[in-house]
Amino acid sequence: MDESEDLTQLDPRYKTMMQLIAAIVAVALLVGASIAEFAIPGWTGIVWAPAALVVAYLVFYLPMRRYATRGYSLVEERLRVVRGVLFHSDTVVPFGRVQHIDVGQGPLERGFGLATLTVHTAGSHNASVSLPGLAHEDAIAMREEIRAAIRRDTQ
Amino acid sequence: MTVREPDYRRTDPKGFIVRAVMMLAQLVIPLGLAAVTFSDDGDFSGKLAFAVPIIAAMILFNTVIAYLQWTKLTYTVGTTDIRVESGVLSRAARSVPYERIQDVSLEQKLLPRLFGLVEVKFETGAGGKDDLSLTYLSESEGERLRELVRNRREGAEEASEPGTEKAPEQADTIFAMGPKRVFTFGLFEFSLAVVAVIGGLAQQLEFLLPFDLWDVGEWEQRLAGPGQWLAGLGPLAQVAGIIIAVAMLAVLGVATGLVRTALREWDFRLERTAKGLRRRRGLLTRTDLVMPLHRVQALRLNTGFVRRLFGWHSLKIISLASDSGGANHDAVPFGQMDEIQPVVGVTGFELPPAQTNWQRAMPEYRIDKAVLAVLVLIPVTAVVAVIGSAWFWLLPAAGLVFTLAEQWWRWKHDFRALGERQVYSRHGWFSPSLAIGSRVKLQSVDIRQGPLARLRGYASLHFGLAGGRLRIHGMPIAEARRWRDEISRSISSADFSELLETKGAPAT
Repeated sequence: MDESEDLTQLDPRYKTMMQLIAAIVAVALLVGASIAEFAIPGWTGIVWAPAALVVAYLVFYLPMRRYATRGYSLVEERLRVVRGVLFHSDTVVPFGRVQHIDVGQGPLERGFGLATLTVHTAGSHNASVSLPGLAHEDAIAMREEIRAAIRRDTQ
Repeated sequence: MTVREPDYRRTDPKGFIVRAVMMLAQLVIPLGLAAVTFSDDGDFSGKLAFAVPIIAAMILFNTVIAYLQWTKLTYTVGTTDIRVESGVLSRAARSVPYERIQDVSLEQKLLPRLFGLVEVKFETGAGGKDDLSLTYLSESEGERLRELVRNRREGAEEASEPGTEKAPEQADTIFAMGPKRVFTFGLFEFSLAVVAVIGGLAQQLEFLLPFDLWDVGEWEQRLAGPGQWLAGLGPLAQVAGIIIAVAMLAVLGVATGLVRTALREWDFRLERTAKGLRRRRGLLTRTDLVMPLHRVQALRLNTGFVRRLFGWHSLKIISLASDSGGANHDAVPFGQMDEIQPVVGVTGFELPPAQTNWQRAMPEYRIDKAVLAVLVLIPVTAVVAVIGSAWFWLLPAAGLVFTLAEQWWRWKHDFRALGERQVYSRHGWFSPSLAIGSRVKLQSVDIRQGPLARLRGYASLHFGLAGGRLRIHGMPIAEARRWRDEISRSISSADFSELLETKGAPAT
């Protein structure tokens, strides 16, 4: 279990979803930039150009990087969640410590057929670890797998 | 709730008296204040005629409410749960199953204690306010409830062993503090904060004192009274006055420390019983608490700057249940290492062995932090020196020096170690603290790296711990991964519910 050997990538639709969310922000930003552009006299593009750069970063680069850095694995009865572009975090939760499991879907996630899996432990720090961007049926399958492992342990 | 179970009980009727007395006590302070304000302007007796009926009505009203509340508060000890129903206008019913009750603690404040009453708290691990509590029951009823809850819990698992039930609890005291120890403890509890508060109060409330605390001249006069010769000494008497003022504050500080400690720790007794560690302490408010051994998640060993020199340490237990506000239970508030050692042994943990391989944080981690501080604070110092007035730039400069010294100091004195069964993290030298976590009882392991950390190859390890926090900073990334793998292997070897149920036996 070192580096990112057997990490499973998230569902590719998650990348599209993050881009869509970023695009909504970008539209608001562009509207603001356009107003500023018309309000400020002078050369065309003095506000548009930097705004376009920010939009390109938000909509194209960042979701790609975020998607590339995220991953999970379910080997050896442990859930491992890796995430973070700038600040890396690499969390391991053994199934035996899971208290309960959530599978949640927001409105956008429903549209894309995605789901977020959240496992809760009894710890007071890092008490819940969530893993967004799973295909809904994958999330359900993972929940069943973890639940089966818990039941086997406590029998 | 149409059918009420036949065997519901009320709390002790004397509890009603206690509540009434407490309520009156609460009324006395505002009334006293009101009396002081009104009595200032003569015509007191005229106003009294108005006040008396109002006050009488208030007292009557409150008493009636307290009585109604008492009649409406009932509890039922069922076969699977304890149920409490309360409320006059809006009713609330709460039920707690026996399996979820972490432990039962009894608390006696001064007034209920005079009446032989206890407050019974059922700790569920839900934290603070959501716990179930019954105010006030008779002492015997409290004890009975506690035994009952415990036996119900045991009963679920040990019904097949009739021999063990209700065996008279034999308890061996593993740590106790007599009056002498409490006194010594109190001396070390001298706190500058208290002195500052008292100093401030003295300034605020000096009109209450018969003399002026800060008036050096008056002190001179006072000194001049009995010792006429002092008057002739002039400046020396002034110095004497200041010394007396400081000494008075110091005495007050020590006295507060003594009183606070005595109130809290009087007749401290920690016993090992069949059900876990039982702790009783307190002079006016007496608390009686049982910590089940298998719920001990981690230990924390602390000491102070001065008390370290005399070999005094304190031992705290981190567990799921909470201890009147704090997440940690005091197991040994003030003791020598050879007294703490057996207590640690009883909890199933062990102190780090002598050959433990202690390791420091990576120098890069501390250097980076120091460099960051330099990058932020030197420009700040420069800016303040240019635009700020006088010597203000000394402030950020001092901050910088402090940060640098702290980073160096912590690099030198913070250590980590991974034992066969335990994780150790030690830091500080002035007031060193050592955290001992059981490898099996951790909940999750998290490796964190910021951008700088990735560049320089170190990482922080955050452990999920039930009821506390355990973090180790500045480990080489490879070692962090190795620790994580080993620890998560240990965690996987036992299920959490198993850990909660194997009574007494320390996880191996």
